[in-house]
Amino acid sequence: MLTATDLVFRAGSRALIDHVSARFEPGRLHLIMGANGAGKSTLIKLLTRLERPHQGHVLYDDADVTRFSERSLAQRRAVLSQAVEVAFSIPVRELVLMGRYPHFGARPGAGDLEICDEVMRFFDVTDMADRSYGTLSGGEKQRVQFARVLAQIWRPLGDSARYLFLDEPLTFLDIRHQIDFMEKVRTFASQTDVVVVGVVHDLNLAVRFADRLLLIHHGNILADGSTADVLTTENLRTAFGVSPVLLTNPATGNAHLVVESRNGDT
Amino acid sequence: MNSRRADCLWLALLFLVMIATTAVSIRFGAMEFSAHDMAAAVWGKLSGRGDLPLDQRIFMQLRVPRAILCLLVGACLGVGGTLMQALFRNPIVEPGLVGTSSGAAFGAALFYVFGALLKVNLGGWTLPLAACTGGVLSTYLVFALAHTRNQGRSSILRLLLTGLAINALFMSGIGFLSYVARDPQARSIIYWNLGTLSGADWNSVVVVGAATVVGLAFAVVCAKSLNALMIGEDEATALGVNVARLKWIVLTINVLMVAVATAFTGVISFVGLVVPHILRILRGPDNRFLILGSALLGATLLSVADLIARTLLRPAELPIGIVTAVVGVPVFLSLLRSREYLS
Repeated sequence: MLTATDLVFRAGSRALIDHVSARFEPGRLHLIMGANGAGKSTLIKLLTRLERPHQGHVLYDDADVTRFSERSLAQRRAVLSQAVEVAFSIPVRELVLMGRYPHFGARPGAGDLEICDEVMRFFDVTDMADRSYGTLSGGEKQRVQFARVLAQIWRPLGDSARYLFLDEPLTFLDIRHQIDFMEKVRTFASQTDVVVVGVVHDLNLAVRFADRLLLIHHGNILADGSTADVLTTENLRTAFGVSPVLLTNPATGNAHLVVESRNGDT
Repeated sequence: MNSRRADCLWLALLFLVMIATTAVSIRFGAMEFSAHDMAAAVWGKLSGRGDLPLDQRIFMQLRVPRAILCLLVGACLGVGGTLMQALFRNPIVEPGLVGTSSGAAFGAALFYVFGALLKVNLGGWTLPLAACTGGVLSTYLVFALAHTRNQGRSSILRLLLTGLAINALFMSGIGFLSYVARDPQARSIIYWNLGTLSGADWNSVVVVGAATVVGLAFAVVCAKSLNALMIGEDEATALGVNVARLKWIVLTINVLMVAVATAFTGVISFVGLVVPHILRILRGPDNRFLILGSALLGATLLSVADLIARTLLRPAELPIGIVTAVVGVPVFLSLLRSREYLS
């Protein structure tokens, strides 16, 4: 369980996050949506403790996140950001192994290497293991990064839930890999001790994969609930300034959003 | 793991090369010593004989401390370069970048011009002390100026650019001092700016040795965290690294090693830049290997440079900074052109 109470984060005098409270439960996939500048990434930074809020608290289980040491926090919380730049050319296997850094001292144990092999298989990057990261394509890089991030929290901890945060993870992936990726996230999120919170831009992917949606607008939660409750015409007009039409795919029964106009005055 | 064994073999190889280079280096110079002379000198010293012949005294009081100081300074510069490149996530960074060596050079220039006016006389310690103080103060100045209340992800870039600006300022200060200085002092300033090991004695070996050991020990402890920094500050934080503390520790180690080394030898360029590059091409960017490797390779390369500096114009001596630059620049440029490395 992840609880945020009354979070406020300011840049200068402007509140990027303005009194946000939310609870995120294990075993479900929570997706955050909102226009550019709405405060999605800032909220993720506060939830992951990459930034400290000016007001309010973030609780992991029932422990305030500020009470963890850097390392013990990193053993239960992993973050994937949209574009990771690697400064030096490093083999893929070494990069994935970095995900285990919070778990071992000077050298990795057998368990750490085993986990690396498992996540690389899970993300289908095993045959790139010895290649240099710099030679990969954008999509391959993103898969390797996700393997690294999941290596960090791959196995249950016993005494604590695991927390996975995704900040626009789909940016460099083509449509097939986007769906593939989201399916893997959903598989991972279905474990009963895993809390997943992600930011995505694609409304249709959100409709298809979210167990729960949070719509952020001007640093506030505009709507919070099932996709059907959140993605109403009214909400989307407020949050994005667009008018959507919800269509049903006759083949699968899945809902799809089509955006009618830019300014929402139809 | 397999690559770990390979790392150990490489380190052993680098160590052997370093020892071999040193063995050659202490033989040649203004005077040549045979293996027999050297053994006699060492034996004489160890058995506590006070009345060594002149050539053996030269060997024990000039040649040997110089060779050891050379190894230590080379190690400091190599490790400093590795640390700075890892911290700034940039392979084109030198240990002097945060203002340390230009500040040290300015301190030394001040000493050459105004040292005679000093009331306190610390003898041979005055110059190193002036240089070391200059190095530490200028580094502090860079940090004070680069520090803003809003420490975002640009903080390292700001530090880098502030370092460039402060370096330029101190270099022009040195230029001014050598312009107003009288001839012998101006020559001393220039000579010091090109680096020289000719002032080596056992005192300098002890001081630089202490800085090397302490700095190297802390650097090895930081190696894994520096690896995590390769993927970015936020990502390293997410992996459990306290990035603010890491920066502070690494920069302190760098200032300690570079300021102390520069204080005794003057400004020696390119070693800190080239050594990590060569090792990264050989073995990749793992800092756990690079830090120890760059200590060994830095020591070896500076020994070779000192040997060249001492023998090329024998019995006169070239400033070592000229040798490292003349050898270092082509090596560096060819490394830059080598394929795949920067991709």
